[in-house]
Amino acid sequence: MSRRVVITGVGAVTPLGVGAEALIERWAAGESGIVDGLGTCREFDAAELLDRRAARRSDRFTQLALVAAAEALGQAGWDDARPIAAERAGCVIGTGIGGIGTIEDQHDILRDRGAGSVSPLGVPLLMSNAASGAVAMRHGLKGQCYGTVSACAAGAHAIGAGLRMIQHGDADACVVGGAESALTPLAKAAFAAMAATSPSGVSRPFDARRDGFVMGEGAGVLVLEAEGAARGRGATPLAVLSGYGATADAHHITAPEPSGDGAARAMRAALADAGRTPADVDYVNAHGTSTPLNDRSETAAIKSALGEHATRVPVSSTKSAIGHLLGAAGAVEAVATTLALQRGIVPPTVGWEQREDDLDLDYVPDRGRGLARNGHAPVALSNSFGFGGHNAVLCLEAA
Amino acid sequence: MPIATKEDVAQRVNEALVEFGADADAITPEARFEALDVDSLDLVELAQIAEDDYGVELKTEDLKRIETVGQAIDLIAERAG
Repeated sequence: MSRRVVITGVGAVTPLGVGAEALIERWAAGESGIVDGLGTCREFDAAELLDRRAARRSDRFTQLALVAAAEALGQAGWDDARPIAAERAGCVIGTGIGGIGTIEDQHDILRDRGAGSVSPLGVPLLMSNAASGAVAMRHGLKGQCYGTVSACAAGAHAIGAGLRMIQHGDADACVVGGAESALTPLAKAAFAAMAATSPSGVSRPFDARRDGFVMGEGAGVLVLEAEGAARGRGATPLAVLSGYGATADAHHITAPEPSGDGAARAMRAALADAGRTPADVDYVNAHGTSTPLNDRSETAAIKSALGEHATRVPVSSTKSAIGHLLGAAGAVEAVATTLALQRGIVPPTVGWEQREDDLDLDYVPDRGRGLARNGHAPVALSNSFGFGGHNAVLCLEAA
Repeated sequence: MPIATKEDVAQRVNEALVEFGADADAITPEARFEALDVDSLDLVELAQIAEDDYGVELKTEDLKRIETVGQAIDLIAERAG
């Protein structure tokens, strides 16, 4: 029997504000952080939240991760002293693209001023593993440390990797999450060129009028600990991370497999890993991007994985409130799911109004509601899928 | 490019070190870069500033030789003069 893993701290920086509290409170109230068609972290000021050296030695995606990690570790009670040996603490932070803002800035310098003016900080800022390295360095985490790269599933893969690390005994704790800051001219143009982003600038997952995703930025970080170690030091778990399943579509460079088979297999794998059945699921935090293809194939996947139970389960998308945070999405959504379970609430799919044929699940319109009590500790799935056919699903349970 | 005095160079180097994150109160001519937590990446940036502002080229060997704030100011001022 592998070790149970609990979540003892969460942190987030999102378009709804700095802090996990802003994310869950404002989302549950049906608010949106999207302004002018973008999910920008407008309240985030690196100069105010980080020291000068840390701020100038990190791309914005790493800055977001550093602030989310500090919040998560503070909540876990790691503020003053790390409660476990440094060598037993890992760190895995995913990203879809990494420091694309730095790449664009340095390319401008290369073109305009020549190779000799390119910054020596270019590489350490732009590399996709920068956030994991920076968080480990800041908090003295000396176990396994790396980044995951699987487009919009990267955050969920990072959490799954941390879960396995602890279950396998390679670490007793792991700081996991995802970070992204790609609201740059090149990234915006490239996503628009493939008709992935919303021309209307409205994120309305599962609604018949949806026309693409709204780009967002942010970071989510969770502290995972072996349950015995966490309870032994008197920590209060926020939730249990009970299962993880990951698959590939092996189908197309961007489009999901239409039947949702790969996604459904990941959902089934996560449930089996947790020792749960479809009937145990009380909430699905959907990938729900607001693209025509994802929301259709994801609905098919949920029906395939949960069978008849699918129509009884509330399904909502965090992206309705903050847009698509790409490589940070899975982590931010795991943070939101953790807090939803802890508080016994189901946040809504903000703005959902119009049903489309076959998209006939309970998408939780308007306002959040209470999480139904079905005679057991509530169980939730959090779905993440990425361009390239990557599917990663987490199973979380109320502590 | 106007002729730079040693005072000009010293002021510019101090500004750069503060921007890099060094403690302004700890910056003196005798201060060692290591003690200021200024590393080789910072020194490459300092060399780029010297080139942009004073037309002074500092090579990798030069950067390996300078260990204190004063040595950096002297080297840049000498070549700028």
